[in-house]
Amino acid sequence: MTAKIVVGLDGTETGERALAFAKDLASKMEACELIAIYVIEWSPFTFQTAEENAQRHKRREEEIALATTRIVDPAVAALKAAGFKASGIVRHGDVAETLNQLTVENGGSQIIVGRASSDGFAKRVFGSSTQNLVMHASVPVTVVG
Amino acid sequence: MKNSSVFWLTSAVAAMATSPLAAQEAMGIDEKVNQVFAELTGPFVSLIFAPFPGTSFPWIVMWLVIAASIFTLYFGFVQFRFFKHAIQLVKGDYSDPNDAGEVSHFQALATALSGTVGLGNIAGVAVAVGIGGPGATFWMILAGLLGMASKFTECTLGVKYRNEYEDGTVSGGPMYYISKGFDELGLPGGKILAVVFSVFCILGALGGGNMFQANQAHAQISGILGDYPGWITGIIFAGVVFAVIVGGIKSIANVTEKVVPIMGILYVGAALIILIVNYDQIGWAFGQIFAGAFTGLGVAGGMVGALIQGFKRAAFSNEAGVGSAAIAHSAVKTKEPITEGFVSLLEPLIDTVVICTMTALVIVISQQLLIDPATGNYLLNDTGSAIATVDGNSGVALTSAAFASGISWFPYVLAIAVVLFAFSTMISWSYYGLKAWTYLFGESKTSELVFKVIFCVFVVIGAAASLGPVIDFSDAAIFAMAVVNIFCLYFLMKLVKRELASYAGRLASGEIKKFTH
Repeated sequence: MTAKIVVGLDGTETGERALAFAKDLASKMEACELIAIYVIEWSPFTFQTAEENAQRHKRREEEIALATTRIVDPAVAALKAAGFKASGIVRHGDVAETLNQLTVENGGSQIIVGRASSDGFAKRVFGSSTQNLVMHASVPVTVVG
Repeated sequence: MKNSSVFWLTSAVAAMATSPLAAQEAMGIDEKVNQVFAELTGPFVSLIFAPFPGTSFPWIVMWLVIAASIFTLYFGFVQFRFFKHAIQLVKGDYSDPNDAGEVSHFQALATALSGTVGLGNIAGVAVAVGIGGPGATFWMILAGLLGMASKFTECTLGVKYRNEYEDGTVSGGPMYYISKGFDELGLPGGKILAVVFSVFCILGALGGGNMFQANQAHAQISGILGDYPGWITGIIFAGVVFAVIVGGIKSIANVTEKVVPIMGILYVGAALIILIVNYDQIGWAFGQIFAGAFTGLGVAGGMVGALIQGFKRAAFSNEAGVGSAAIAHSAVKTKEPITEGFVSLLEPLIDTVVICTMTALVIVISQQLLIDPATGNYLLNDTGSAIATVDGNSGVALTSAAFASGISWFPYVLAIAVVLFAFSTMISWSYYGLKAWTYLFGESKTSELVFKVIFCVFVVIGAAASLGPVIDFSDAAIFAMAVVNIFCLYFLMKLVKRELASYAGRLASGEIKKFTH
């Protein structure tokens, strides 16, 4: 049976470290598939102007295209070049919630993410996406420092 | 660059206004603007508010209420039957996770609400209660509940017949559903009616969506800073609006979007605190509302006077049947247009039934309206046109005084809220007007710019003119939109019924399911 490992990318160096760790782990396993996921932070409960709403579909497509070409596609290509079976997903939503949901949907057995890449007041109050993921994930989570 | 020129302009204007001679001259400008404006708009206002022959009842008010009642009956009290479902839709229970990142039901509702929740709820209610007495509140709530069905009808059509362009942007609203819907039904005249609606929509955007807002914002600011010429506020407001809608300075709009909901919550919170502190008077206040609704309690025009004011203010505040919300709601991402109809019916509920009622209760409980102790009826002012108030206040000043009686510092918060509400309503209406304008003149950059500049000019006129002519024109322009919109909705409502039957069937059979998030 093929084990599926999900790697959460964030477009920063911590995401790269998570990817490197996942590669290392996968190379030690017999049959393993890597799924690289990039979640664009988004909430359905924000306030927007009518003009922004009218252009939202267009913006969403642009955001997805940008995340796919800049972050996910290069990661998947690198994994494939290294001989791994790999795929990529880009989705809008709450980072922790969406990452967990996509892992469950795709039959992932564990999630690998980088440590929170920034620090600030909001993160101290509400916790980072990584903290939220660790607390609420349905599968084991590895946080790479 | 644009920012700095706006700054210099406002500084120069402020400097000019400090000299007594300039101030006198400025007052002269205000009076002139007011006079010309009243003369120009008079005939239009008279036509829209013409009473039924032999009565004092404006036909337009009946037009709106009859329509709302017909839609309520035709769709089998949809506002109550699908109320719970509307909440579930807003919560996102039925939203496909694959559509994440698109405009959600909540966002479309919040955007539409930011266009309606505003001065209508603060100043408008005070005008209604000040003239029609507490009884106007009863009729306002009734009109709000019925209006939910009108909103449902127009917003369903707004999504169903919107234009989706190749670049992914959307344009929707009555002008689109009137022309496309009439074509679909094989009815003639759809295009002409859409054009007429668009013309009225532009006037409505310039009136209620702009001048009334600028006018009341100025009243609020000058109430705190002391009297000064309205055109100064107008130029400052116009500068900021210009920066957002022409200059594309998103940061101002972004801040407003976040602050306005907080202000809304603060406003309702403050009203609740006042009501809780005076809980022993709530029963009395409702008693006044019910008694006033059917007897008038001595107000000008009696029961009919109360009814007219209540209906008028509800319609002006929640805009049900006017068609503006259909423009705001049409950007939502959904495979089922009717779901946006369900969501939109929450709008009159929040706007009128909850927020307007809060304002009315605070005004009644604070006893700003003077009562004749001998008869228990309300005392009228010198002209006999409105109820006498403690300090002779009316409009937003009356609401402000009412809140101040409970929370002394609240007028300052209210002043900020009024200015922000006015601003967010202006931004929303600049978009509605723009959509009508581009429907008429095409979606080119030049055509858009022309409208936006006209919009900014009207901000100045609105702030400079006195309340009477502005409020008359604002109401008339918005109601003129409703004349065309409702006329067309009568023909198009069968299309909505078809959607409703299909959706309700699939919902009951379990074909339409909740998504597990």
